Amino acid sequence: MLAIKLAYRNLIGAGLRTWLNVFVLSFIYVLIIWHYGILDGWNEQANKDMKVWEAGNGHYWHQSYDPYDFFTLEESHSQIPEILQKATNEGIVTPILLSQATVYPDGRIQSMLLRGITPDQKVVAIPSAELNVELEEIPAIIGRRMAKSCKLKEGDITTIRWRDVNGTFDATEVKIVKVFNCNVPSVDAGQMYIPIEKLREMMQAPNEATIFVIGADAEMSDSVSGWAYKDYDFLMTEMNEMMKMKKVGGSFFYVILMLLAMLAIFDTQVLSIFKRQKEIGTYIAMGMTRPQVVSLFTVEGAMHAILAVIVGAIYGVPFLLWQMKTGMSMPAGSDDMGIPIAESIFPVYGVGLIVSTMLLVLIITTIVSYLPARKISKMKPTDAIKGKIQ
Amino acid sequence: MEQNSLININNLVKRFPVGKGEFTALNGIDLTFETGEFAGLVGPSGSGKTTLLNIIGSLDTPSDGSVNVIGQDIANLNIKKAAVLRRQHMGFIFQTYNLLPVYTVYENIEFPLLLLKMSGSDRKKAVMDALDWVGLTDKIKSRPAQLSGGECQRVAIARAMVKKPELVLADEPTANLDAANSHNILKMMAKLNKELKTTFIFATHDDKVIQYLKRKISLEDGKIVNDENVINKGE
Ligand SMILES: Nc1ncnc2c1ncn2[C@@H]1O[C@H](COP(=O)(O)OP(=O)(O)OP(=O)(O)O)[C@@H](O)[C@H]1O
Ligand SMILES: [Mg+2]
Repeated sequence: MLAIKLAYRNLIGAGLRTWLNVFVLSFIYVLIIWHYGILDGWNEQANKDMKVWEAGNGHYWHQSYDPYDFFTLEESHSQIPEILQKATNEGIVTPILLSQATVYPDGRIQSMLLRGITPDQKVVAIPSAELNVELEEIPAIIGRRMAKSCKLKEGDITTIRWRDVNGTFDATEVKIVKVFNCNVPSVDAGQMYIPIEKLREMMQAPNEATIFVIGADAEMSDSVSGWAYKDYDFLMTEMNEMMKMKKVGGSFFYVILMLLAMLAIFDTQVLSIFKRQKEIGTYIAMGMTRPQVVSLFTVEGAMHAILAVIVGAIYGVPFLLWQMKTGMSMPAGSDDMGIPIAESIFPVYGVGLIVSTMLLVLIITTIVSYLPARKISKMKPTDAIKGKIQ
Repeated sequence: MEQNSLININNLVKRFPVGKGEFTALNGIDLTFETGEFAGLVGPSGSGKTTLLNIIGSLDTPSDGSVNVIGQDIANLNIKKAAVLRRQHMGFIFQTYNLLPVYTVYENIEFPLLLLKMSGSDRKKAVMDALDWVGLTDKIKSRPAQLSGGECQRVAIARAMVKKPELVLADEPTANLDAANSHNILKMMAKLNKELKTTFIFATHDDKVIQYLKRKISLEDGKIVNDENVINKGE
């Protein structure tokens, strides 16, 4: 208690240098909490988006389907088995048929993935109901990324080309009836959605599908022969890995920031122990034990971290709350390594994040303060009083 | 050995390692101090005054001989016990004042009482008394940098005296002061010595200090060459 009281007096008395260190530390607190809050908020939002747009509560994949190998697409569809047909009828799952295709916007060639989807499905958020129109051309919907890269807009008519099950090329016209907004790049970029029955006709693959999406709120995990069940966690592994990478990348930055701040505090400590020898000698002459003096200087250093919490709170709390309310707007259409990203990310600050950040900074600051302070216990009081130790 | 004296020094020797050899700073000192003395160690520079004062103050240890201060054997005192001895029974006054620069006058004087874990109200009263002794009641909130040298040393005296210790050790307390201020603080200390029966031991070669001493112990080359009671200015 005494050490805390005295350390506080000394620290406040030291003035500008103290506040400089405190400010840098407080900045670290706020930045770490804010940045990880953004990442956590982003993660939360990305998980939610992934769930409603793509992953659902898991998938069934045709046993030959490999999302990383487009050449498997030709083989990876087959008749819908009874159990999945039943689930489809009950609205638990929805089938999607995939085919590689090419689109010719403005005479350019662009390859894409054609996705046949049931217009009436309610399992995923894709606005497939827009496909419920009678047209001369085949109705198609695309996401805004796809629209941008193909320079297509609602009402445009364009040619697409695909191969049927026999390997024969064919071409037809599609009309873009809707450009939808979606935060999940893999649902949008390079994808075009048309009614599944049309695609089945085009491919001459009646009643076939490549994957089934299980509804986000539905439960299904029966094993179906010829089809592989992929649970939600499996579908999210890749994204979660990328998120982890982002966090690790961020921590690297903080390690450097921390090092700089710790260097400043270490330097302050070394300097003050050197400059304040006479003071140290005086403390000892007045009857402080050397461990008491060491702890006084350690507490003094560590107190930077505590003052930083207060200073950080003064400007950090309003800032963090404001960010939580308004969100951080992301550049439109930004694609970050395929992680779903919304136009605004709303940071999420967990108690764990805040407490662990403060503890971490406090512990490191204490260690950095203690190291130079240990030197005090080797000082001879008679020399210290005169201030002549080199 | 009269163990009931405040300080008993017997055949004290202090050697410092210098290069490969040793330098004998104190050589066979025998001294006794009683409670209430106002004594000075005088002698030329390098004669061993500070060294002797430091050993009495348990800031340094004897190489040989025995030193007993307020019932404690300095030679065999561990660091912790020495700290407790100083905390409870001794006050120090330095040539360079050694005030804590970031503390106010009040906080500087309060400091030894914080170490003694004295309660808030007792502390306040003791500090106000000490401020009164040295006549600095109006400078309570000043910091050392805002005070003159004489005022600083008066704060240092108040700090040494606030806990009413048995023993005050003062090493060249007037060396940085002009004549008027020197006389001023010496009168103060003489008065406190008389009223509170505090024992004062000075190390000095300042004639102004010597005028006030009741006992003058002359050192030369680490030996006592003269030890006499004197009729001093204070009386
Ligand atoms: N730590 C030390 N190491 C080596 N020699 C020392 C040490 N401390 C003191 N001495 C030597 O011991 C002798 C006595 O020193 P001391 O400081 O006691 O003298 P003093 O009488 O106080 O002198 P002054 O009037 O100049 O203050 C000096 O010759 C000094 O050089
Ligand atoms: Mg000296």
